[in-house]
Amino acid sequence: MTAKWGLRSLAFGYLGLLLIAPVGMIFYKTFEHGIGPPLDAMTSPDALHAIWLTLLMVAVAVPLNTVFGVGCALLLVRHRWKGNAIIDAVINLPFAISPIVIGLSLFLLYGDQGWFGPTLAEWGIEVLFSVPGMILASIFVSLPFVVRETVPVLQEIGTEQEQAASTLGANAWQTFWRITLPAIRWGVAYGVVLTVARVLGEFGAVTIVSGSISGQTQTLPLFVAKSFEQFNEQAAYAGAIVLALLALTTLLLMSVGGRKAHATKEGS
Amino acid sequence: MEGHPATISAAPSRAGGIRLPGMGVGLGRGTVVLYLSLIVLLPLAAVVDESLSGGLGAFWSSVSGAESVAALKLTVISSLIVVAINAFFGTIIAWVLVRDEFPGKGAVNALIDLPFALPTIVAGLTLLTLYGSESPIGLDVAFTRVAIIVALCFITLPFVTRAVQPLLMEMDTEMEEAATSLGAGGFTVFRRIIFPNLLPGILAGVLLAFARALGEYGSLILISGNIPFKTEVSSVFIRSQIESGNVSGASAVSVVLLAISLALLVAVSLFARAGARG
Repeated sequence: MTAKWGLRSLAFGYLGLLLIAPVGMIFYKTFEHGIGPPLDAMTSPDALHAIWLTLLMVAVAVPLNTVFGVGCALLLVRHRWKGNAIIDAVINLPFAISPIVIGLSLFLLYGDQGWFGPTLAEWGIEVLFSVPGMILASIFVSLPFVVRETVPVLQEIGTEQEQAASTLGANAWQTFWRITLPAIRWGVAYGVVLTVARVLGEFGAVTIVSGSISGQTQTLPLFVAKSFEQFNEQAAYAGAIVLALLALTTLLLMSVGGRKAHATKEGS
Repeated sequence: MEGHPATISAAPSRAGGIRLPGMGVGLGRGTVVLYLSLIVLLPLAAVVDESLSGGLGAFWSSVSGAESVAALKLTVISSLIVVAINAFFGTIIAWVLVRDEFPGKGAVNALIDLPFALPTIVAGLTLLTLYGSESPIGLDVAFTRVAIIVALCFITLPFVTRAVQPLLMEMDTEMEEAATSLGAGGFTVFRRIIFPNLLPGILAGVLLAFARALGEYGSLILISGNIPFKTEVSSVFIRSQIESGNVSGASAVSVVLLAISLALLVAVSLFARAGARG
């Protein structure tokens, strides 16, 4: 009995001090003087632009990585190939690499002395310190999630139904839309939620490639950092709350999606 | 679950079975390889290339510079401490979530993933409001090494818990009951039965958390103060080198971090394979 309470208090104490109290504190700090100040801070042109840019990152990076992720998972699971082990290893790389190193790598490719930078500049395409570079960074950091979540589900469902469908004359697209996708949808959805969360919050890689110019190349996380560094704490807290609310929504979707994805695996 | 680069075990593949819709397998493979090359491999190759642009001597002098060594040391030691703390608390949290019953368990379970969902800059700012100079509980650790530990504990919290939970769920209580009925005390049961069963999960979680902690940046910049030789971790050092124009120096240190990450990834995948076999 004492052991049980001892473990409980250790677990809750740690979670309380590390997660719950700090998050509660930032909500308190933001709404200390009512909803007016944070609302004002978030409706400034720079803040609105940062929100818009953050959503743009999600709108471009997430669909690309989703299509890539599902296709890549199908290849890895359904088609044995010597190169699969290498592809699998490369897909995991973004998990293990520092965001700063990712930013630096793009800086070296697309900077004015980089491998591609000068040529692209001649064509009038600016990648670094503008939106395309930030999108590339977002794609890089969030690349693994959909693949990682789809692969185990694809392995679980097996190929019997797909083979039955193709025996009955369904073509590859029909089989994919009618059989495969419905069966893996929760795994894919879970991967998409994780991708969205990563893109929304990406900071390190985007810092390096964006230059963080207010109203131009500033996503919401960059806006939070810059506001704080410029002693505009109210704006920093307000931006953080917007991101935290998005994170809590993500968390809700993760817990639903995770359960459904798990149920798909168990049920098959 | 996020951040689990579990390797793909030998998948059942039926030759001539399902085609990839929209394109042939060859074209599909080509697209995947091209995408990965453009997004991941080419940029990383540029870092390696840049780090060697001044020759091996320049590479070595960048890496072995006093500030660089201090940053790397701080990064590795802090990460090791953090991983040890979270191995301990992460296992206890997993235990409480699996074996204990209490109201609101589902909510607490969902909350564990918060550090994965919360943007790192928000994590840093959040910790700063409670443990910074305006701390309402009088606990100001901002701009110290303790702050680095706290921030890294926050962002790596889920790894061990999420790796241990499934093992605990699968574990039979029969062995523990047998041991208890044969007269083993609570601690003996833990040491001889529970711990060995959970160890693979703890180690897998620890490796992933360590890789994550080594490269962390966003949650640290506001709270650590980024003081060279004192609270400057490697990722912050790389950033400052880029800003001061020493791009090849930044690349050299990046390559060291990359090498450690790669070694960790290989360890995780060997580990997963051994686990799948055994």
